[in-house]
Amino acid sequence: MRISRRILAGLATASLAVTATSCGGGSSTSGSFDDTVTVGILHSLSGTMAISESTLVDTEKMAIAEINAAGGVTVDGKSYKIEYIVEDGASDWPTFAEKSKKLIDQDGVPVVFGGWTSASRKAMLPVYESKDAFLYYPIQYEAQECSNNIFYTGASPNQQSEPATDFMFKRSPAAGKPFFLVGSDYVFPRTSNTITKEQLKSLGGKVVGEDYLPLGNTEVAPIISKIKKALAPTGGGVIINTLNGDQNVAFFKQIQDAGITPSNGYYVMNYSIAEEEISTIGPEFLEGHYGAWNYMMSIDTPESKKFAADFKALYGSDRVVADPQESAYNMVYLWKQAVEDAGTFENSAVREALVGQTFDAPQGPVEVMPNHHLAQTVRIGLIKPEGGFEILEETDGVVYPQAWNQFEPSSKGYACDWTDPSKGERYKL
Amino acid sequence: MLLDSLFNGVAIGSVLLVAALGLAIVFGLMGVINLAHGELMMLGAYTTYVTQLIFKLPLLKPYYNAYVIVSIFLAFIVSGVVGILLEKTVIRKLYGSPLETLLATWGVSLILQQFVRSVPLAYGTGLVISLIIGLFLPTTFPLKIKESINFKYLKFSSWIIAASTGVLTGNVISSSVSKLSRASARNVDVTAPAWMRGQVEILGTAFPKTRLMIIIITLISVIAITLFLNQSAWGMRIRAVTQNRKMSDCLGISTEKVDVLTFGIGSGLAGVAGVAVSLLGSVGPNVGGNYIVGCFMVVVLGGVGNLLGTVLASFGIGIMTDLIGAGRLLSIWPDMPLPLSNTINFFATTSMARVMIFALIVIFLQFKPTGLFPQKGRMVES
Repeated sequence: MRISRRILAGLATASLAVTATSCGGGSSTSGSFDDTVTVGILHSLSGTMAISESTLVDTEKMAIAEINAAGGVTVDGKSYKIEYIVEDGASDWPTFAEKSKKLIDQDGVPVVFGGWTSASRKAMLPVYESKDAFLYYPIQYEAQECSNNIFYTGASPNQQSEPATDFMFKRSPAAGKPFFLVGSDYVFPRTSNTITKEQLKSLGGKVVGEDYLPLGNTEVAPIISKIKKALAPTGGGVIINTLNGDQNVAFFKQIQDAGITPSNGYYVMNYSIAEEEISTIGPEFLEGHYGAWNYMMSIDTPESKKFAADFKALYGSDRVVADPQESAYNMVYLWKQAVEDAGTFENSAVREALVGQTFDAPQGPVEVMPNHHLAQTVRIGLIKPEGGFEILEETDGVVYPQAWNQFEPSSKGYACDWTDPSKGERYKL
Repeated sequence: MLLDSLFNGVAIGSVLLVAALGLAIVFGLMGVINLAHGELMMLGAYTTYVTQLIFKLPLLKPYYNAYVIVSIFLAFIVSGVVGILLEKTVIRKLYGSPLETLLATWGVSLILQQFVRSVPLAYGTGLVISLIIGLFLPTTFPLKIKESINFKYLKFSSWIIAASTGVLTGNVISSSVSKLSRASARNVDVTAPAWMRGQVEILGTAFPKTRLMIIIITLISVIAITLFLNQSAWGMRIRAVTQNRKMSDCLGISTEKVDVLTFGIGSGLAGVAGVAVSLLGSVGPNVGGNYIVGCFMVVVLGGVGNLLGTVLASFGIGIMTDLIGAGRLLSIWPDMPLPLSNTINFFATTSMARVMIFALIVIFLQFKPTGLFPQKGRMVES
């Protein structure tokens, strides 16, 4: 997507009109900037996903405001103020694709920050590939995908579920005990659990059961009786939970009533429960269970504390920051750095400049790898009675991302490298 | 083992039953396809949440443990009043045209969902209180006053009283409970009081207390509604209108009043169901939508217009869900032939069990299209 001066000039006036009526993005004075650049933000602001995704919009706006306050993006000696257009994906996957087209064709944005569910990403992918546009996607996901037109700042399975499974099997209080896998019935939990099963096979662990709850269903009684039947003979065990959103509330309320608790020997490892969800579900239901993330609000570094404090200062002291928000924050900065290095907003140059970018993120240093994923630190946390995580362990330095999983037989031995034209999306190691 | 399975089935069934009971009355007795039924449940669930927060105020704190009981009655009133309003404004004009009713009530369901998303709950509470006072204050006046010509002014002034009380309560709640003062699309959480958490042991099997509570709520609702329909004067009038509207009208029964009452009771029961489901999961704008399909399924399977059918259908579905979903047949008959046990294992997940149940219901309805207990004879309106 090439941005000509003429389009930019048109955009400047258009975006001024947009921001004046809707969002008023960034700092108020644009006098000190030479020009403006408008980026797209595409998340669900209505529907079931709105609860989660609106926090990403808040964080992305915050990152943009910070960049603008620090002088904007400098390209070719000119400073650009970042403006943004926020579009609503409405928790509806085709809408994500449609709004992407609108942002790329009609608004001519050089980059879109957006998406949460894998389903929305899968819907958007063909749009970005056919138009050679660029999507930045901030959520931990199941991988088994590597697009030249998407940049993934969330964790791949080897940066979340694999270290977590390893921890639960070897070092948790339920070490060596059998596993039960529970998830919502869609692509992420199913793929993630396939990987976990393969990993446990190689570790010598045992999966005694697996069940999926259809999205929107909150009747977990049959799952509970299965968990009891499968894990009671060994006096408890590990439950890997990939349920989505408010299904977690039903699940945790009911397993606690059924006596499936840490004190009885049942430990739940969660991949979709961060600080935000802990406060919604209620820490009294989650206390003593586990979570695995790259960023946790309790990280005791100046960067992490500043990130949390800035967010609270902007949106209220009762707000929390969590891993997905941190990923969203990082990706705006990484885009800015790549654009400045490339010296243009032009897509292929930015893409080339992006690989190898490093950033001192709230979680610690991160680096963009040739497979368009991020090398980042992995942490295992215990959920505290008052909410939030107590960090039990963190990896020694960054873990390198694998777009193609090395436990899953169909992708074993493959990797992705966009810096080398002969390798590309999927090549044999 | 068997006891455990039976309990699970009854527990799942009673959630379905309490949710479908109101619909069985509205759809079964009145023939109104009310797609806003789920949203009336949602209002009941939110009522529980608001009651919970109000009981956390210092004044009511000592009675906190009783808030669930109180909220059952409040939820009945709140959903009932909203249902009455719905009947008076929308449904009354649409009797006899099911398609239009379906569309209109679906519209209402969307409006109610967006309402809880964009209006702070404190003001929502205020609005509901205004409605309750506005609708009921005029009915408390003696007959003599009601018949006088100045009654319409009196009615008007009682609405003014209602509105100002509503605004006042809205403001008081909004300033004293900060959680209710802002609008939010975020799901909220009802936490059962301590005495309702955990489990009780009966005959060596542990039963979750919340599930027992829901079964009790369901039982009381079913018994109360059966007694009301069969023993009370108004119940008799409702049954009369259901059987033959024109004849009842000729005999001096105010069919208009009967319609309002029936719809109000059906909606109120949806509110009670809302209390029950709020104990199981989280409360959000979409909570009702998750149950509405199940409700219609139960009512159709049971036979439209038959309460006993609804009861049996929901327990039947509940027990089947547990039998298939938890793979219980395998533990009852461990050495069944391999192809059969593989098939059962395949369906022994929650999502496949649902597929199986729907398939079984479709097959059943092929043979008995009018459900378990079809209405017979002159009752059936041609």
